This record gives sequence, structure tokens and C-alpha cells, in this order.
Amino acid sequence: MTTKERVADRIGESTTRPDGVAKLTGNFAYGSDLWMDGMLFGATVRSPYAHARLLKLDITPAVLMSGVRAVLTQDDVPGVPGFGQVEQDQPVLCDGTARYWGEPVAIVAADDAETARAAVAAIVVEWEPLTPVTDMDAASAVGEVFRDMVIRRGDADAAGSVVIEAEYETAIQDQAPLGPEAGLAIPDGDGGLDLYVTSQWVHIDHAQIIASLDLEPDDVRCHPVGIGGAFGAREDISLHIHVAMLALRTGRPVRMVYDRTESFAGHVKRHPARMRYRHEADDDGRLVKVTVDLVLDGGAYAHTSAAVLANAAFFTVGPYNCDNVFVDASVSRTNNPPAGAMRGFGAVQVCFAYESQMDLLAKELGIHPLEVRRRNALAPGDPMATSGQIVEGSLPTLRVMQELETIPMPDASIPDDPSLLPGGTGLTTRKQDVVRGVGYALGLKNLAFSEAFDDFSEVRLVLTPAGLEIHTAAIEVGQGLVTICQQIARSVLGIERIAWVPADTSQIGSAGSTSASRQTQMTGGAVYEAAVGLRTQILERYDGDELTNDGVYRAGELVASLAEITGEQWVRYRHPPTEEPDEFGQGNPHAGFVVAAHRAVVDVDPELGLVRVVQVDTVQDVGKALNPQAIVGQLEGGIAQGVGFAIMEELILKDGVILNPTFTDYLIPTLLDVPDVRSRVIEEPAHWGPFGAKGIGESPTISSTPAVVAAIRAATGKPLTRVPVRPQDIVGV
Amino acid sequence: MIVTLTLNGEERSATVAGWESLLTVLRDNLALPGSKNACEQGECGSCSVILDGENVNSCLVMIGDCEAAAITTVEGIAVEGELHPIQEAILEEGGVQCGFCTPGFVVTAAHLFAGDPRPNEAAIREAFSGNICRCTGYGALLRAFDALAEDGS
Repeated sequence: MTTKERVADRIGESTTRPDGVAKLTGNFAYGSDLWMDGMLFGATVRSPYAHARLLKLDITPAVLMSGVRAVLTQDDVPGVPGFGQVEQDQPVLCDGTARYWGEPVAIVAADDAETARAAVAAIVVEWEPLTPVTDMDAASAVGEVFRDMVIRRGDADAAGSVVIEAEYETAIQDQAPLGPEAGLAIPDGDGGLDLYVTSQWVHIDHAQIIASLDLEPDDVRCHPVGIGGAFGAREDISLHIHVAMLALRTGRPVRMVYDRTESFAGHVKRHPARMRYRHEADDDGRLVKVTVDLVLDGGAYAHTSAAVLANAAFFTVGPYNCDNVFVDASVSRTNNPPAGAMRGFGAVQVCFAYESQMDLLAKELGIHPLEVRRRNALAPGDPMATSGQIVEGSLPTLRVMQELETIPMPDASIPDDPSLLPGGTGLTTRKQDVVRGVGYALGLKNLAFSEAFDDFSEVRLVLTPAGLEIHTAAIEVGQGLVTICQQIARSVLGIERIAWVPADTSQIGSAGSTSASRQTQMTGGAVYEAAVGLRTQILERYDGDELTNDGVYRAGELVASLAEITGEQWVRYRHPPTEEPDEFGQGNPHAGFVVAAHRAVVDVDPELGLVRVVQVDTVQDVGKALNPQAIVGQLEGGIAQGVGFAIMEELILKDGVILNPTFTDYLIPTLLDVPDVRSRVIEEPAHWGPFGAKGIGESPTISSTPAVVAAIRAATGKPLTRVPVRPQDIVGV
Repeated sequence: MIVTLTLNGEERSATVAGWESLLTVLRDNLALPGSKNACEQGECGSCSVILDGENVNSCLVMIGDCEAAAITTVEGIAVEGELHPIQEAILEEGGVQCGFCTPGFVVTAAHLFAGDPRPNEAAIREAFSGNICRCTGYGALLRAFDALAEDGS
């Protein structure tokens, strides 16, 4: 007799992570844990100025040091002198002018880390400091931009009876992943090498690395390694080319690991923004026209600025209808730290502005903040206010608001426990001075890559007697991609034993970046499609009608046991095609949308400018909940970053120099700072992707920030047009 | 100099200069990379270890001061291949994402619950105020610790 047992850990279940035990016992290998006997240690000389001419670079003292094996400069770059995903405009090492603080100038490999550091200190560098361009508006005004674009939709003469006009600013947020940038390069003795570097997308790294090293694609293999968080910080090249150059020059394995300050200098940041908004509405609060002038600061080099700008411009109105939209947008080239991807990718900055505008509109009309949002809510079948693209698939804008209102509010009284007052255990606040406020915000985000980018993910499923293997170059950064893909494969194939096999760039094609909320849908979609193909293939082979963990059944009889079945299925999965918008930003640039709502409750001491975020509730459009616990993890984690951006996270610059590049001075929410979070999901299937699931990695970070600021405004009556909100913004000094 | 430690219950020694951090020696000399190097400034708690009964940031402890010390690292929390109940609870609640902070949370939790098997929520929040997690928003970790405190064993 055979029993067909249903294999657990399918989609919809809160499966525990396969890497959990290794991570809990200290046995999981991260990039910074890589070690090879006989390896050399790399280190980097950096510019102390944001803008300076290199007058002298004398490496001789370092070269002469015992234990130093190589000292390299820009002259040693064998191939394309620059790198960058879009434009290769950042020199591998300083090309004679430093254009941002911390720009790499020379690199060293030595027998041990201390000698490498000493060699860095021994190199003689003389600079002529130049005046840094640090104002994004000034740069934009003289045409120093990576991209500018306009959106022209509807009637420029349209006018509303209610006009809301304000200017908003967002500062620089850092992804601050806990794992530092790290890499190990191992020469293969044949002119090529194997590279293990912390990355979100090994194939885009590979293309840039081989170009700068002047090697053939087969010469360099980029391998996925254990990642200690990413949030966008690892989408662009950091030390990849440097460590590879040192390994090729010395013929020995070389490891580089950034310390925290180098990490702050060494990866791109969230773009700071200035946004001038004018909303015009009719007497009922329906939007008539939105006019926006938007400038982002891209910093010194291009990276993904062009795509970030497009996102900011296309999401400039949010999840609302409006027939007349006029946007002028540009991303400046300055001597500030290079900006690029961070969770939310341009949609974060504008969300703060448009949600602040919606609140002002509600206030002007004397209606509830959610009511003005209801009256304008974007729904499937509606045109996007900016591009005019018709919203396809699901978009439960109204439902996320409706559900949000059903989540219980916290106890209305200000707590007696002094440690729960603003300022916390500092005990500086008196209970009678504390004012409570409640704020709301909605956020809209595109799913996966946009603007005609050929976005795909490759997966190869291999069924062996030991179980199923998922071969992919998709990067797990902690979000739970491995778990989700295993659940998808289990659900389709009914097979219990599923192994994740990280593939290097020589073994499989690109999985695309672990960014843009895309991997659940893209690599998950590839796994789904490959699993369906594999199941069909196997059932046909045995003329069966069901595949389970036992094997193939035909009319209830087991005809082939799983241990004897082998098979392979390769898939390159693509989402529905997107288009390049026209010169007025019109067209179909996006593959789909995801919406979320947040409600924040804060306690504020208006005299001291201190804030305690009491509770943040959220309702998230998820399409289909593949792993409820993993979703909660994204929602709570994203809210913590959103709260951080609302009240504490900011890189402070002076003349382009980061003044607080440490965890002592760049404040990240701790367990004492985070609010209670109550979350709900709305399941309305997406029009593509596995089981109708949507990517939700970014949404929680987008609208949580404006919700918190709205709550502080409600408590204080202050305009608060900038994030993060600082004590002086509340106190008004 | 040679420093001798009782490390996760085992006597170990290492040849060191003396000025290195305990974290560096654990990771580079003693092949115990579980303690993590996120900030090396005593801010994030990823390198937490128990040193003679105290929960410390191993990045701020000089190895020269550790002679004859008893040290427990994250590698020493699980017993004979079985997850410690603290590790079990964090896993079950989904308190691991990227995992870089996890060793620090495990060690700090082991220290907290060894001293007080039933801490209240305020005590838990305070105990972990030196441990930064960038992924989870702490919700799952707090639920895990609340459950352990309720259980009290």
C-alpha cells in the first residue's frame, strides 16, 4: 500500500529559513568571513577631499615596505578605465581629480592587514583642494545633470479652486547594512580568477569587471557569497575590481574587507531631494492638476541615477488620479557622495512630498486625511497620473485604507512609565508636556525593472536521486528568497527535498538584481515556470497523472519512485514587456504596481523636540502571501528603516565630506526606538508572477516615513517639510 | 605573547601581539568567525561575547587583557549540535533575516536569560539596546524573547 503524504512547507505557510540554523550558530559564511591560507590583505588609499586635484602620488615608500606585495594606481587598470552600470564614468582609481570624499586613489596588497594599513599610510599623496559643488540646484541650473526629464500630461491651463503649494526636502539616508563590503579574489593560474564579493547582482558586476580588467567573459567567475543585508548598497561596484587587480598582479588570493567608515564612503546612498509641489483640487478635494519641480542629488558619478530619477518622476503624484500633471525633474552631478539604489528607489522621496500635500489638502478642506485619499484613489483600469499607463492587474488602494482603519489603536493615554516617554530612559520629558498625534500615508511602487529594460531571471532545476536542485545566480540578501523559491518548487512538484545551489556567472545566465522588489516575482516566477515544465516532462515520460514526494502515479498506482527519476528544466523568465516613455513621459514604462498604507501614532515633547513613535500599523498589497512570516519580517523591517528616515537617519555633509560615517554618529533605530507594528495584508492576485504574488520589499519603507511625519505634524502643528525631522524643526529654533 | 583562554569550555591559546581586539583574535587566530565585525566600534553588538560572566563587545576588548578569561561565543551556545531554546525561539519566530546581527542577539539573550529567566518587556528592550538589527525591525526578535520570558525555563 502506498500513502500519499502532502509535503509541508508549501506556499502560504510560514516555513522557517533553511539558512537559519547556520546563522544562529555562527556557522554561516559571509563575505567578510572568507579566508584562504596564504591570502594577502588589501587596503585602500582614499581622498580626504570631496573635490581636489591630485598633485603627487608617490607609492615608493609603500612598495619598499617588507610584506607589501603590490601597490596599484589608475595607471595599472588594464582595460576600460571606468565602471558604472549605465555610464562607465567612475574611474577604477583616482584619475587625477578626486570628485567625492573617500574616492579610492590607490590600492595595496600585503601579507597581513596591519602591514596593508601601514602601507596605505606610507603612500605620499599631495592634493590641491578645489571648490566642491555641493548644491544640487546650483548644479542643475548649469546643466550638470545625469538626466533630466519632463512629464507633460493633460491641460496646462487646468486650474483648481484649492491650491496647495510647498517645498520639501529629504536628506541622505544610508542603507547601513550590517555586513561590510568584502571580497576574496583567487587567481586561477591561467590569467583569470574567481571572485567572491558581496553583491546584489553578480552578472552586472561581471560585465564591469571584465571590461576594466580587459579579460574575456570566461576568464572571470563571479560567485554569490553570504550577504549581511544590502538594501541597495551592493547594487553597484565597490571593491570588486580592486581586489581582482591585486590578485592578478600578485598571483595570490587577496581579500579586502571595508571597515565601517570605508563602508559609508564606499557605497552609493539614497538620493537627497528638493521637491517643489503645487497641487490644485476642486472643492471636493479631487485633484485637478499637479505641478512638480524635482531635483535629486546624484553625487559625483552616474550609477543608477537615471533610473532613480525616472521612478521619482513617475511616482510623483502617488496612488492618485489626476488628469493634468506637469513634472520637471533632474538629477544633478555634484561632489557629494555618489547616490544610487536604496530600498524604494526614488519613490521614497516623492512619497514624503505628495503625502504631505494630500494632508494639507485635507486640512484645507476640513476632511479626514484618508477621505481626501479615498476621493482620489487610483484603481485598476485608471491611467497613471504621470505616464497615462493604464493600471493592469490588482491595485487595492481603497482596500488598504479601509483595512487600516480596522486595526485597533494603541491605548489613548500617554504612558506613566517614564521610559516610554519621548527621550526614553534619558528621562528628560515630563508626561504632562507630551502630545500625541496620528498620521496616515499611502505609497505606490513599480514592480521589477521599468522603461523597456530587458528584465529576466534564469533558473535551472535539476532533479537527482537526492532531491531537487535550484541552480540560480539570484542573491539572497536576508529577505528570504531561498525559502520562497523552495516553497514554490514544493508546491508545484510536491517534492520535499529541495536544495539551493548558488551558481556563478559561468554556470548560468543572469537572475537580475535583488532589488526593485523583484526577486519573488522574477526568480520565483522562473522557479515556478521551470517546475511546471519539469513536472510536465516527468509525467509525460511515465505517462503518469500525478507527481508526489513518492514519485509518479498513474491512476493511483506508483509507476516510478522519486529516487529513480531524473530531469532538468531551464527557464529564462521575463515579466510583461515595458516601454520607453516618449519625450513627455507618456507611455507604458512599468510592469505593475504595488500599494501600501501606513498609520503612525507618535508622542512628542514639543518643548524638547523629542519624538517617540508609539505604533505604526500597515496594510500591504501582497498579491498572494507566499510566506506570511517572511512578509511580516519585510513589513516590520521596512517600517524600522522608514521610522529611522523620519526622525533620525541622516548623513551630514560639510563641503561634501561625510561628518558622521560611523554607527556612533549615524543613528539607526534600536529596540528602544522602534514602534509596535500591527500589519495586515490584502490578497488580490497580480497579473504576473508565481501564484499572483507581488514583491513587497520596498513598500514598507516608502509610506511609513510620511505617516510618522504626519503624526508629528498632527501633534505639533509644525509644517515639517524636511526629513528626517530634527528636534530643532519641532522646537522651531 | 601567548594568551590562554577558556573558550566555549575548552582551553585554547593563541600567539598574539597583545593589542589586537578579542574580536580579531577570535576571528583571525582562533577560527571562530561567528562573532561579527559590523562596526568594530562598540555600537552594534554584532560581536557580543560573554567574558567572565559579562556581556561585552569583543571589538572593544584588548586581547592582552584576556589572559585566563572564560569566554563564550555564539559558537558555544548550542549544546552538542542541539539548538539552544533561545536559538530555537528566534528561528521559529522568524527573527533571522540576513543574520549578521544574529550572533550578537543570541549571545546577549543567553546572558540576559541566564541572569533573569523572566524579564519583562522593558528589561528585554533595555538589554538589547546595544544590538542593532537592520533587517527585522526587531518585532520577531521581541516576540521570541517574550515567549522565552513567559516560558521562564
